[in-house]
Amino acid sequence: MAKADQGDQVKSQFNSSGRVQKAPENFLSPADVKTVFAEGKQGRRDFIRRAFAAASTATAAGVAAVATPHAAWAQGNPIPTEGGDPHILNLPAHATGLGQGVATEGYGKPSKFESNLQRRQSPGLTQTTQASVSFAPLQSLFGIVTPSGLHFERHHQGWWDIDPSKHRFMINGMVKNPKVFTMDEIMRLPSVSRFHFIECGANTAVDWGNVAVPTVQYTHGMLSCSEFTGVPLITLLELAGADLKNGKFVLAEGGDGSAMTRTIPMSLITSGEVLVAYGQNGEMLRPENGYPLRLVVPGIQGVSWVKYLRRVEVGDQPYATKDEAIHYIDLQPNGLHRQYSSIQECKSVVTTPSGGQVLLDKGFYNITGLAWSGKGKIKRVDVSVDGGRNWRQARLETPVLSKALTRFNLDWVWDGKPAIIQSRAQDETGYVQPMYKQLRDVRGTRSIYHNNAIQSWLVQENGEVKNVQVS
Amino acid sequence: MFKFPKIVLTIAIGLSLASAFAQSTKYPGVGRDATPKEIAAWDIDVRPDFKGLPAGSGSVAKGQDVWEAKCAQCHGIFGESNEVFSPLIGGTTAEDIKTGRVANLTRTDFPGRTTIMKVATVSTLWDYINRAMPWTSPKTLTTEEVYAVTGFLLNLAGVVPDDFVLSNKNIAEVQKRMPNRNGMTTAHAMWPGKEFGGTSKPDTQNVICMKDCVPEAKVASFLPDFARNAHGNLSEQNRLVGQQKGADTTKPEGSTGKASTSAPVPSPAPAAPAKAADGKADNKAVMALLSKNVCTACHGIDKKIVGPGFNDIAKKYPGKVDYIAGKIKSGGAGVWGAIPMPAQNLSDADAKLIAEWIANGSQK
Repeated sequence: MAKADQGDQVKSQFNSSGRVQKAPENFLSPADVKTVFAEGKQGRRDFIRRAFAAASTATAAGVAAVATPHAAWAQGNPIPTEGGDPHILNLPAHATGLGQGVATEGYGKPSKFESNLQRRQSPGLTQTTQASVSFAPLQSLFGIVTPSGLHFERHHQGWWDIDPSKHRFMINGMVKNPKVFTMDEIMRLPSVSRFHFIECGANTAVDWGNVAVPTVQYTHGMLSCSEFTGVPLITLLELAGADLKNGKFVLAEGGDGSAMTRTIPMSLITSGEVLVAYGQNGEMLRPENGYPLRLVVPGIQGVSWVKYLRRVEVGDQPYATKDEAIHYIDLQPNGLHRQYSSIQECKSVVTTPSGGQVLLDKGFYNITGLAWSGKGKIKRVDVSVDGGRNWRQARLETPVLSKALTRFNLDWVWDGKPAIIQSRAQDETGYVQPMYKQLRDVRGTRSIYHNNAIQSWLVQENGEVKNVQVS
Repeated sequence: MFKFPKIVLTIAIGLSLASAFAQSTKYPGVGRDATPKEIAAWDIDVRPDFKGLPAGSGSVAKGQDVWEAKCAQCHGIFGESNEVFSPLIGGTTAEDIKTGRVANLTRTDFPGRTTIMKVATVSTLWDYINRAMPWTSPKTLTTEEVYAVTGFLLNLAGVVPDDFVLSNKNIAEVQKRMPNRNGMTTAHAMWPGKEFGGTSKPDTQNVICMKDCVPEAKVASFLPDFARNAHGNLSEQNRLVGQQKGADTTKPEGSTGKASTSAPVPSPAPAAPAKAADGKADNKAVMALLSKNVCTACHGIDKKIVGPGFNDIAKKYPGKVDYIAGKIKSGGAGVWGAIPMPAQNLSDADAKLIAEWIANGSQK
């Protein structure tokens, strides 16, 4: 049938063009890293300017330069020529032999065929690995829970694996009796388990001005969602006899080298939402995520979820710590910085089809993605396939939980023509995720943090999906 | 009958305490009172009103010495370096010190934002240097050194004179000269409380529109072709099965269709070193040493960071184990650039192990 012909055609095109490149064996060669760093140093400005300049011409080209659809890429489900699919007709080893025994792996691992799913660094973003970030592979995840080993990482001074029997938690400041707790004691108290998303305030930061990275892993991957288990901080504050009336602010402090500190309002703590957590997805926190103790501050940017939590202090004034006075402040067009901007406002993103992916052929696809809000539950998500002109309401999959990721899906039949896919979420407060233009009209393009704009993915006729921004 | 006195007692306590301390006795046996010594050891934070600031002082001159010994290797001699972290100093003027607003922050063409351009509160600098610096050995500075380094930075920014001695007595005066002291606002809806006044109204008001909402979309920005493979081959960053594949970005746009006839092979973990079996155990020990002694903060295995990459050292000094071990112990400057490497405090055996690994080619 036609598919085989198409494949041959593609092959001959390749052969004649002579542009086939050998796939690299490593993720990024040292030379590539150097190039990226050099470009980074030269300035993102140039980079972006070139992108702008190229946009008008290359956009048209990108859409118009049509290659053959990717039939050849599909594993294919062809009409068998030999009377049947060899994967059916010839029984494989696993159907005719003895498999492996129990507890071959005391702690089971993902299939070896899943090794493409890795948290990854964005080349050129940082110069060291200890003050850096790795992004979760959202493009390949299902449902709302992030596997703990793929949870995004943000370290300011490296991560540690701390002996929990030596870890202590202290409460002081405006309390009747400053207290010290061991892990044994914290884990003795009544616990709660809740699903919450955690998103870095700088998630999607690189795209504030313009498109800068190719995939949803790098645009939105500083986002994860877990079931956290711990003790409401208010329980511990009450044990210390905290002054809940005059102690309007709480300082949370980490026990590692960076000794991260952030100010949390008491009003959020008295709601019972803020947890001193030790559990993550049924087991203890991972070391990269703060083992053995971290603060969980639902709806608030990740930097407030202090890892290796050693102390909270009750006070009557905010603390203006480094990460609320130098970083994690939002520059506005008038030159003022918004300080203590903490809430992650309502946001969503389509994870498939998304940048860097290739649709195999025309026909049915399940558009799927994630929506979340730092102010409560997701109320609805709409999806557009024409760049925001017309919209259809997506299905919200259960569970729909407050300040947790919510999975949405929408049926879509791709006609093979260029499409720009967007998602737009609304939370229970009625707030609707903004378009880029709306966000930039208020905050300009230098804000870095809290970019919750509607994301656009261009599906080209050749099936390849690109990160784009629309005007 | 037994309840009555309890209620009276509760009311009495409630009336006697002006501040509403709420002490729960619900969980007897859990937690104990912290000792004054323990609190002193951990309660190190300093607030903008200088609550928590220990008495003491440090001169700009002393700060310069500390800076060059412990800080300059990452931040540059003048706090200007962009090699490891964002620059600390630069971009502020004498006029800013008068107004308390950094004028360059209103310019869209200004190339970056230094720490001194942003920070409004001098307490933030003191607190952070004290708690987290130097980066590779945090909390090792004396109180005098923290005052001195803070003063030195402020001197670089023209906030205090060369002969200044910063102390707990004059720091409030210095606060009045911070270049961006009037540069913060809390008039936004992104603080989860009412403590700052602010506003509860979000700053964008998108609406649910379902049909003919915007004019036909035009692509205004996308990734340029030359950056196509900058994040590695995206086909190796997507699952092998599913409704889509990853794009093979090692190949030019538009010709991805026939990337391979065989199924794509899962890539190894990006960080996973796949090396000869014989040297593996040793390399593992060396990697642990490099990590433990934070060598990799300044030296990449195969790239320059602040100092040269180990691969470059290996090329320059093949086989010279003793020389390299000596350099690790003594530190040095001038061979690879202006930024000095401080002397490293590790055992001779460890230094030798690292040196051997470098001299033999610094393989992962």
